Amino acid sequence: MRFRLPFLVGGLAFAAMPLAQAQSASMNVPKQVEAGSAFSIPTTGSGKATLYIIGFGQVLRQEVQLGEAASFASGVLHNAGHYLVVLAGASATDNGTLDVIPSSRVANLSFLAKPSRLPVSLHNGISGAAYIFDAYQNLIPTPTSVSFELSVSSGVTQTRTAMTSEGRAWTQMDSAAKEGAAHFTAHAGDISSTRIIQQVPGDPCGLKMSARPSGQKIELTTDPLRDCSGNAVPDGTVVTFTEAHDGSQTTVDVPLKRGIAQAELPAYNGAKISAATGVVLGNEIRWGKQP
Amino acid sequence: MTKLALVWCAVFALTFSVRADQPTVRLEPTNLQGPRVLNEQTQAAVVRDYLQAWQSARAALEQNRPDLLNRDFVGTAKDKLADTIHDQVTMGISTRYLDQSHDLQIIFYSPEGLSVQLVDNVEYEVQVADHDKTQATQKMHARYVVVMTPAEVRWRVRVFQAGPE
Repeated sequence: MRFRLPFLVGGLAFAAMPLAQAQSASMNVPKQVEAGSAFSIPTTGSGKATLYIIGFGQVLRQEVQLGEAASFASGVLHNAGHYLVVLAGASATDNGTLDVIPSSRVANLSFLAKPSRLPVSLHNGISGAAYIFDAYQNLIPTPTSVSFELSVSSGVTQTRTAMTSEGRAWTQMDSAAKEGAAHFTAHAGDISSTRIIQQVPGDPCGLKMSARPSGQKIELTTDPLRDCSGNAVPDGTVVTFTEAHDGSQTTVDVPLKRGIAQAELPAYNGAKISAATGVVLGNEIRWGKQP
Repeated sequence: MTKLALVWCAVFALTFSVRADQPTVRLEPTNLQGPRVLNEQTQAAVVRDYLQAWQSARAALEQNRPDLLNRDFVGTAKDKLADTIHDQVTMGISTRYLDQSHDLQIIFYSPEGLSVQLVDNVEYEVQVADHDKTQATQKMHARYVVVMTPAEVRWRVRVFQAGPE
């Protein structure tokens, strides 16, 4: 009997050991892993448990044998974020956190450019912002070089380079002096994205008209309208002819056709005729003799 | 500084009207990298819509209803959250996120006006339930990088990504 009590106590302690081990289930969570890479979470203890990885970007659950590592194949956890990791055993849990960080390899580029159409020779008239992403659409925070290029078929190519900050870079560029489509491209690594920017002539630089008699009327014709860079102002641009005579006024709005505007107005001696388009005023003609 | 306080108060008042357990919100002075000026109304709208997006995400993940994301999320952010909800439904999991404090700073307003970027140091609590059995409740803090783009009447979250602090 004297020997039986220690034996009994020892036996009870031995029987309680697996329970104690199950209660102390724990894991060793890596501080961070790269998005989409394979990783494992070693566990300690005995028995079975469930491992959860919980975040806004993803939710994973895996049954694990305590004492072994829970393995996650490449591509399984791919959304960057801050994750809660929970190891839930039969009677104990262990929590940790895990950061999934984006790969630094650019796989996608989101390019915002504006405007799609603008006048020529506009300083800083074209702007663009680029956001860079990895293969899993995670924003890449690592500083990365992005080059922006604005090219026209018959002109100088403008290039700017910027380093990303928090995954984005931006630029501003001047529109070219010559009208036409420009290719606005952002490059990062092997990835590029292009937007087409239509550069149209600006406002007319000047307006000159001439007049000649046509029966009882005056025939008015403008010279071909051009902007200050020499680009032809597009047909459809409206020119307003105004004739003032004896306290009355006659106005005619005429769209440009083949670069010029033409109109006929009554021929009054002493009439004052002017032309305008937008904010540009043309020359003034006084017709015939003063009454 | 007074203007900043007014913006903060407006945001605070708005969130207070929506949630009783509303988070504390601290808005750092903007540190814009770019040529475009961010006016006060735009700043207030961005912050308001971002905080409401947190509420939408919280409700969507708690109720496992991706439709609740439609108002405030778009693009990649919406797709990823919707996928998470789909996985939760498949596994019988629900998660409850309770944002407790936000420390916000708007860092970029793109020159063409089509995107705003902000960072948010957030403290929040996560509760995980598996088939209605609570498995864990944990306080977390993370640094979120957010990109928002304008829609018809509000700013929507397009990138919503947490990283190491």
